[in-house]
Amino acid sequence: MNTTELFDHLSEKLKSQFGDDFIGGEIQYDFPVLIVEKKRIIDVLQFLKTTPELNFNFLTTLCGIHMPENKGSELAVMYQLHNMVENWRIRVKIFMEDGDTKVPSVTSIWPAANWMERQEYDFFGFKFVGHPDLRRILNMDEMNYFPMRKEYPLEDGSRDDKNDKMFGR
Amino acid sequence: MSIDIQPKHKPEGLEGAGYFATSLDKVVGLARANSLWPLPFATSCCGIEFMATMASHYDLARFGSERLSFSPRQADLLMVMGTISKKMGPILRQVYEQMAEPKWVLSMGACASSGGIFDTYSVLQGIDRIIPVDVYIPGCPPRPEQVLDGILKIQELTRSEAIRRRDTPEYKAMLATYGIE
Repeated sequence: MNTTELFDHLSEKLKSQFGDDFIGGEIQYDFPVLIVEKKRIIDVLQFLKTTPELNFNFLTTLCGIHMPENKGSELAVMYQLHNMVENWRIRVKIFMEDGDTKVPSVTSIWPAANWMERQEYDFFGFKFVGHPDLRRILNMDEMNYFPMRKEYPLEDGSRDDKNDKMFGR
Repeated sequence: MSIDIQPKHKPEGLEGAGYFATSLDKVVGLARANSLWPLPFATSCCGIEFMATMASHYDLARFGSERLSFSPRQADLLMVMGTISKKMGPILRQVYEQMAEPKWVLSMGACASSGGIFDTYSVLQGIDRIIPVDVYIPGCPPRPEQVLDGILKIQELTRSEAIRRRDTPEYKAMLATYGIE
């Protein structure tokens, strides 16, 4: 099954199972990307994992996305799944408004999501509901903001040698 | 064949047959300078250069630093080599505080000295924001020759340091600016 066939197959499956809660998707960079409603994400991932012919039993990675220019759906979480039997790889995305950052935790499906969700909390501030131990994992505990959100500068504000005198900015 | 051996760092003093008299400061300084125990706090590529400095080709042991101390309590010289993230800052500071006086700090490479190319939210922009530094070695990473030069600079400081310097109010005030009592 090639990528297009896989995408059509999965779209059909999700459409019949979840109806309008399956929003759509597209093929990006040879990867089927499926977009679903945030409130059904646990059901969708459980369905993809446990349905025998789909068998997406491995959560490769999970990451947050912040796109401030997408008004109304600024934030997203992407789940990358792998069917190791057929070697199918897909992405499932959920979108949400800035300010509505509560996301159901998938640690009940894959315990390995524990640290991944902590990392996305650390960098984007997603509140994973149902996570057993949601606290920062990489940044210092005293950090009081979420550095990968676009409103914060990448550079360290305390540095004083990069002024106009030195770099002609 | 006779070779006229001149000790390079022989202190000034009064000399005669069978005796040599000088001030205690100078003797202690001489002893300290030639038996520094460095504590390598190596976090990245500068640490690799330091390994070369320690190994047989460059051989740091020639300068009296044969023995690296991996316990801060037995070390004289803290060598910070590599990027220090803000999360690691308190750990570095704790290591510094655990060292016994007298102690010196050498900051090796652009990252330890200024944050280097890592001008980012997670990286400490120079270790001198949390602990006092005696000698900075520039470079990214510096060559082993530069590390040896830095060690020799530390030795110069050590040799010429007054024996009661660490008890002076100026020294305590300097530490207080870093919040170290």
